[in-house]
Amino acid sequence: MDSQMMTGNLAAAWGARLADVDYIPAFPITPQTEIVEALAKWCAGGELAARFVTMDSEHSMMTAAGAAEATGARVFTATSSQGLLYAFEVLYSISGWRAPLVLVNVSRALAAPITLESDHNDVLAARDSGFLQIHAETCQEVLDSILMAYRIAEDERVMLPVIVNLDGFSLSFTREPVRIPDPEQVRTFLPPFHPAHLGFRASVPHSLGVAVIGGTPYAYFRHQMHLASINALEVHREVAASFEQLFGRRYDVVEGYRLDDAEDVLVMTNSCAGTGKAAVDAARGEGKRVGLLRLRMIRPWPADAIRGALRGRRAVAVLDQNLAPGQGGILFQEIAASLYHEATRPRALCSFIGGLGGQNLSVGELRAIFEQTAKAGVSGKGIGPVLLYTQAEHREMTQLQMVAAGSVKRET
Amino acid sequence: MWQRETFKKIKQVPGEEHVLPGSALCAGCGGLESLRLAAKVLGDDVVYVNAAGCFTMLAAYPYTSFKGSWLYTTMGSAPAGAQGVRDALDLLIAKGRLPKHENLKVVVLGGDGSTYDMALSSTSGAMNRGLDFYYICYDNEAYGNTGMQLSPATPYGARTATSPCGLQHPSGASQEKKDIFEIWRAHKPPYIATVAPRYPLDLEEKFARAAAFTGPKMVLALAACPTGWLYDPGETPEVAKLAVETGLWPLKEAINGVLTHTYVPKRKPVEAYLKLQGRFRHLFEPTMQTEAIQHIQARVDAYWERATREGS
Repeated sequence: MDSQMMTGNLAAAWGARLADVDYIPAFPITPQTEIVEALAKWCAGGELAARFVTMDSEHSMMTAAGAAEATGARVFTATSSQGLLYAFEVLYSISGWRAPLVLVNVSRALAAPITLESDHNDVLAARDSGFLQIHAETCQEVLDSILMAYRIAEDERVMLPVIVNLDGFSLSFTREPVRIPDPEQVRTFLPPFHPAHLGFRASVPHSLGVAVIGGTPYAYFRHQMHLASINALEVHREVAASFEQLFGRRYDVVEGYRLDDAEDVLVMTNSCAGTGKAAVDAARGEGKRVGLLRLRMIRPWPADAIRGALRGRRAVAVLDQNLAPGQGGILFQEIAASLYHEATRPRALCSFIGGLGGQNLSVGELRAIFEQTAKAGVSGKGIGPVLLYTQAEHREMTQLQMVAAGSVKRET
Repeated sequence: MWQRETFKKIKQVPGEEHVLPGSALCAGCGGLESLRLAAKVLGDDVVYVNAAGCFTMLAAYPYTSFKGSWLYTTMGSAPAGAQGVRDALDLLIAKGRLPKHENLKVVVLGGDGSTYDMALSSTSGAMNRGLDFYYICYDNEAYGNTGMQLSPATPYGARTATSPCGLQHPSGASQEKKDIFEIWRAHKPPYIATVAPRYPLDLEEKFARAAAFTGPKMVLALAACPTGWLYDPGETPEVAKLAVETGLWPLKEAINGVLTHTYVPKRKPVEAYLKLQGRFRHLFEPTMQTEAIQHIQARVDAYWERATREGS
């Protein structure tokens, strides 16, 4: 089948449609809304045999989603940013219920100040919720990752929910060529959902989410979740092989780009990794031995794959599109922790913070990152967190402040 | 004149128990007694969807008080959980993946703390969507599971841990009890009722009547609370009785929004009810707070005068 031009949002909706989901509780939020609009249309038109319900909030939406999944339906839903945080406590309930639904998050920076554009503080806030997380770079990967997500989530060794993340605007509203897999082949890849350990029925009563008294049972169930999450690394390997065999596209927990002989490696996630890859190509053109490591699976944390890709390098830079105020980049900390025990760990680790709230990542900034990382590799002294902010951005901000102060009129 | 059709005599109340003894709830819990009676009509083919509150302790690993199923959700979204369960059961049956005889009633159990404030959005949403479910609010007029703090269901004049009697508010809670029944009624669900555990025939009749309706079936149950209202657990029947006989807890129903009182009390003075409970003791000693008591009486009188005028 030839590819079609479609947005990341429409690709996400196609993922849910091909997964033949049963139930879609929804609530609109920019930049996610196009996903549920497409699904509502298909449910109304009969292209998708699912029940679509508009809920009263994301908190209710996630509760209904988890409850329906716990009853035995295959559930899909989507949100973004403030919506994800509004539903936050429910995320922990759903993973505790071991209800393997798929939630698409369209990344959008968090208020205040309020904005619609992307960074990853929303989805990374959910990194300890028990949801697995897959972060996509392209529209095709969004669709494919949703199909893989259901296979992984519903595996008896896992039984945990998954967040598939795509960037707001830069992916959600960007059209790219996407191949829509053949529904028959998808059915082979993803059989119908018949959970062995979920469901409420008259003949088999079931209590879920019950209280525990004391730390012993609490720790027992929490440990189970951790071990199941770790199992998802092996399950991902199997699922990726099966997916490649059927559809010819390969996805691993991390993606290496021009890593073979790279001295220095830049670590990125999501759609801006495309910008990073272009910067690698440009630097390679100048004779620099650099490469890029894109983290695709964030939970469970693919520590072995990361170590394998980064051990023996001269220097590693992590470009975080998030900011933990008072600390720095979230992924930088996790990368650093993973490398600590490596005998041949990189001589320097550098932390850069950029692309916040849709902030541009310029060619010049990426060149500067490579230069500073190389220098750190030579000196053996890491740097950061470096808050990326160009002179042009500074000029723009100064202009805005003067307008706010009433001292100049905005150029029209 | 409202008449019971299914439950005319106490002998007609089924003997079989569906809420099993031995839970962690307090002795004399009026909410649990309401639920015990309700379950005699609801049966065992039920999934209870619970919000944070006293009843959360009814299913504490590895025990449960029910032969049916249970899902604890959150404090603010049990009706949304009911939506998910109901929709999933319906679609699984429609798609042939669940036999019809495996179907369950979906029953929300929420306290007043959840029902009156935090879960109002999700309850309103569920009613607005016409969800086919039962909602039982066990109303003990305070955040009970955390040790009796002021809730929007706390009546004027009650002392709670966060509405103490002080110089500013010598009579305890200064706000009036929120009228959740009327908030529900504005949504015009097919069935709403109030019940009290001391009036078992009235209670059973209402659950039997509710069963005839598809859609939201909302029940507000008086949960006389010895631990929080400060009286001896053995007095729960008397306290529940006086709540009704003074007119403070009207027994009523609304079918598609049309209101009927199911019992019109002769209305004893409110003091009879207030005096029984430690949470109102400050109204009587060391000095009588006559004005506060009169205020409570006046509001009850106004309620029933209006009810009489409107013929409901």
